[in-house]
Amino acid sequence: MSYTLFILLLPLFSFLLIGIVDMDIPKCGKVWSHKAAGLIGTCSLGIVTVLSYMTAWQYFFQTERLADGSLPTLVPFNTTWLPLGNLHFDLGILLDPISVMMLVVISTVSLMVHIYSFGYMHGERGFQRYYAFLSLFSMSMIGLVLATNIFQMYLFWELVGVSSYLLIGFYYTTAPAIAASKKAFIVTRFADMFFLVGILIFGYYTQSFNFSFAGSEVQMADGAAAFIPCDPQTALVKNAAYAVLPISLVLMFIGGAGKSAMFPLHIWLPDAMEGPTPVSALIHAATMVVAGVFQIARMFPIWIEYAPQTLSVVVWVGAFTAFYAAAVACAQSDIKRVLAFSTISQIAFMMVALGVCLPGEGEHLNHASLGYMASMFHLFTHAMFKACLFLGAGCIIHAVHSNEMSAMGGLRKYMPVTRWTFLISCLAIAGIPFFSGFSSKDEIISACFQYNSICGWWMTAVAAMTAFYMFRLYYGIFWGTENKELHAEHTPHEAPWTMTLPLIVLSVITVGVGAVTTLAGFGILPETWNFGSFVTASGAVYGVHFDTQVALTSTCIALVSIGLATWIFKGETQPIADKMYAAAPHLHRWAYKRFYLDEVYQFVTHKIIFARISTPIAWFDRHVIDGFFNFLAWGTHKLSALIKGFQSGSVQQYAIWFFLGVLAVLGIMVFVL
Amino acid sequence: MNFLSIFVLIPLLMLFGLWIARNLNQVRGVMVAGSTALLALAIYLTYTFIGDRAAMPADEFPMLYTASFDWFPALNIKYSVGVDGISVAMLLLSSIIVFTGTFASWQLKPLTKEYFLWFTLLSMGVFGFFISVDMFTMFMFYEIALIPMYLLIGVWGSGKKEYSAMKLTLMLMGGSAFLMCGIFGIYFGAGATTMNVTEIAAREGAVVAVPLSLQRFWFPMTFAGFGVLGAMFPFHTWSPDGHASAPTAVSMLHAGVLMKLGGYGCFRIAMYLMPEAANEMGWIFLILTAISVVYGAFSACVQTDLKYINAYSSVSHCGLVLFAILMMNHVAATGAILQMLSHGLMTALFFALIGMIYGRTHTRDVRELAGLMKIMPFLAVCYVIAGLANLGLPGLSGFVAEMTIFVGAFGNTGAFYTTLTIIACTSIVITAVYILRLVGKILYGVCTNEHHLLLTDATWDERFSVVCLILSVAGLGLAPWWVSDMIGTGVGPIIDVLDGAKQFLNVPF
Repeated sequence: MSYTLFILLLPLFSFLLIGIVDMDIPKCGKVWSHKAAGLIGTCSLGIVTVLSYMTAWQYFFQTERLADGSLPTLVPFNTTWLPLGNLHFDLGILLDPISVMMLVVISTVSLMVHIYSFGYMHGERGFQRYYAFLSLFSMSMIGLVLATNIFQMYLFWELVGVSSYLLIGFYYTTAPAIAASKKAFIVTRFADMFFLVGILIFGYYTQSFNFSFAGSEVQMADGAAAFIPCDPQTALVKNAAYAVLPISLVLMFIGGAGKSAMFPLHIWLPDAMEGPTPVSALIHAATMVVAGVFQIARMFPIWIEYAPQTLSVVVWVGAFTAFYAAAVACAQSDIKRVLAFSTISQIAFMMVALGVCLPGEGEHLNHASLGYMASMFHLFTHAMFKACLFLGAGCIIHAVHSNEMSAMGGLRKYMPVTRWTFLISCLAIAGIPFFSGFSSKDEIISACFQYNSICGWWMTAVAAMTAFYMFRLYYGIFWGTENKELHAEHTPHEAPWTMTLPLIVLSVITVGVGAVTTLAGFGILPETWNFGSFVTASGAVYGVHFDTQVALTSTCIALVSIGLATWIFKGETQPIADKMYAAAPHLHRWAYKRFYLDEVYQFVTHKIIFARISTPIAWFDRHVIDGFFNFLAWGTHKLSALIKGFQSGSVQQYAIWFFLGVLAVLGIMVFVL
Repeated sequence: MNFLSIFVLIPLLMLFGLWIARNLNQVRGVMVAGSTALLALAIYLTYTFIGDRAAMPADEFPMLYTASFDWFPALNIKYSVGVDGISVAMLLLSSIIVFTGTFASWQLKPLTKEYFLWFTLLSMGVFGFFISVDMFTMFMFYEIALIPMYLLIGVWGSGKKEYSAMKLTLMLMGGSAFLMCGIFGIYFGAGATTMNVTEIAAREGAVVAVPLSLQRFWFPMTFAGFGVLGAMFPFHTWSPDGHASAPTAVSMLHAGVLMKLGGYGCFRIAMYLMPEAANEMGWIFLILTAISVVYGAFSACVQTDLKYINAYSSVSHCGLVLFAILMMNHVAATGAILQMLSHGLMTALFFALIGMIYGRTHTRDVRELAGLMKIMPFLAVCYVIAGLANLGLPGLSGFVAEMTIFVGAFGNTGAFYTTLTIIACTSIVITAVYILRLVGKILYGVCTNEHHLLLTDATWDERFSVVCLILSVAGLGLAPWWVSDMIGTGVGPIIDVLDGAKQFLNVPF
């Protein structure tokens, strides 16, 4: 399947074609018109999508499965990019169930966003630049998921970070966009530093950057023996070797937590909403922010074999983040911020699902991989419905020219397509059966209950909050109080077809996948139709059966939450909501201000790092160190001023000094010698 | 006549050509012809070197194209030349910087002819340094490169130029005084028979090239002497003032090439010839360089002058070079040379761009600039690229060099080395902070200064110089394997000597 190389190279070419060729040539203007640039980008993404689907089809249905029923790992292309002594930095393409699944997700969402942007970005200055960056991002993200080794992943990891930086700062003349892009890059870079150190430790001990671990245990002991001077076979060295892997994995997880906006490194994601909305849909909802989840899934065999206890870190960071983000989402008024916090919360679901996997034994092996499968499934379904929600939000912002919920209300009459697709996605994220979110979230909650019941109930509660804030959002936009002032200026209208088509496609996928997997999960359709026959931890087919108790509970809770939201927010006036705000003003304010975490960060960076570290260092440099050298120069100058009197030019003075000198020499000769 | 000597001959001919040139066009003609010839020669050298290298057995690493002429037999001083992978890389770097520097000073006024005379003399010193293998000849070329700097900054500089020129020259001369002592110390310590680096290192018939008791004295002196030029903490303060006052192309050449003389000398002379002391005392300098890395980065965060930011950033990045060679393993040392290349190219790019922006706005104060992206899009985009290279974006040169260094540095066992490596790793975050702060402040946003709104974008000569540098940065970043292999052949013997020395010592860490 060497054609997969084109999946990586095509977006790169289109980036170069749109981005580099398209210099502003003096007096001639741009090389590409808006339309041409958009078409180049979209066409190359179209071809990439076709190739990705072909790859997926060939990989999942035509590749011969191994003896244990798992899918093989294919490496159609691999080359040494940078030799590093015993180690080497490879670039290549690796196909396995998760990378092929990600390929489908990325190309689908990216193509939809490319098409959507024709309408959304119409008439913007920098249209060509926008498409160039989209291509750059698609290339980097595809490279990330297809990486054959952890270092290649890091390389593309940095590239997606930069594309994200460039796209968040697309409106580079506005202050919030500049601040947000800077924040996003620096926070994720901070996390990446841990990732890098994790990679270095990993590479050093295992003597390889590869994901596959076969035959490296001896090397690992050898690596540890280099640190501890004794025989590699002793227990001490072996223990050290096994202690080091969990450390490096946790460090890598910190990197992933930065990219995937886990508490407390999530602060960049809500601000990243300053970028154009389609970018939020692509990068900050569907693809880049799940890189952290993908990274853990990629390293999962190593986690589960060498650091199973450490996975609990992932569980509790994820569980807390899920709750925190859901709580904040309930109080936000900017629709993109609500969606951003919802994204954080949903990614935390995926993290938790990966964390709750325990090493299975014997018959229970399948149970162990439930969380993994559920996490990947949720990644897939979430990408589709969250992209749909963001793109829908884009249509709404396009129509009312504001992000604030107060400017909206009652839009259902004016924007039917947006409204119905938005509703479908809301139902999906709330976890209503026959919508895709139900199947995946239900599996996650089942997996949590298998881990322990606190975790299970905790995540069920968060799922209830999800349904609540999503319907608060839905009613706030499409029902509730109409903004009459806005209508006086111009009536909101439905978006052009380029923008509604992606909405329809994504919601069809949401409903289609949801219906099929729900039916398959209840045993009405064949089991092989379900997600578990494609992507599992071991690679072997995993039969998904809904746990009826869990399914029933979570559906009921979701329905109750939706009902609650309907009761509070649907009406023209909202007395109950007002009463709630009045009853707990501080709580609402705290949640609205995201529990003041941004202020804490502001304090740390400005008051501590800038004011207490950088400024003193700069002062020290200019005054103490430089002062010392200036002092040397000053001293030399003074000294020469002191002794320059000897060279007065007056002969009598020279004679006196000569005479005194002779006396001194005589004195020494007589008295000392 | 050995063909390496052409690297010195071309600048000599250029000097002659400049001397007889009658008008601006002739001056430019001589410069373009000369620097193009140098670049072509460097590319040819790289090409033949890789070819000849591939034809040799993989475990032999001699100097290639060696030649030697008696110069001052009483002191065994010879004009000896020869190159290995490291010097070829440095020669390539120097020729790229000289070539682009010529175009960057295309519109320089006044006294263009005199300016280029000194500029050419400086480059002659640089090329001579990298082709020499005789310590004294190296030192001579080193001095030839230093002196023109005083005049170039003092006459054509800006701001407090007299002060800066004096400071830079005095500090570097102070360094070279140490250096000269060190060189003579090595010469006499090794038996006073030869000044040739490879011959001393070959240590015919002796266990150590220089007795250890002498090494303890001369190693710190030589290392610090070169370290001054390599902007090692606490001898770096000439760098911010010097760069801030220097004209564009001089900053480029100085940060791009001259600072590399420091790292190169530390590696080739101090560590190669005194490996026992390097193993024993390296940790002191390792701490100093680790401080340089973080200290420079933190200082850069709060500067307000564009050139100061870049100068402190250079302190940080050059600190990483010395840090990596002191790690004394193959990968880290290869990374150090890669970092020299990478830093040379991207700092030259940075200084070129800063010079172009300064030439238009007449201010380098970050607080007075804003929204340049709309006014001069070409320069601004290139500035962003330079910034991204600086903070280690994959695909550009910084990433390759930093990753090689970090992987190499992690290969050293012991908590001491690991801690320092992790400290050095933090610089990738701090670098991002000051680069993005800068980009956000001067390029993004809305321009409020009415005069700036009337400014124009880059002219063709500026564009050419900048594009050449960006292509080099991207070339190194996209296809690092051949450079890495080439450098590896040069690093090999030096690291072998350093490794061999370990058995004689109890290294403290």
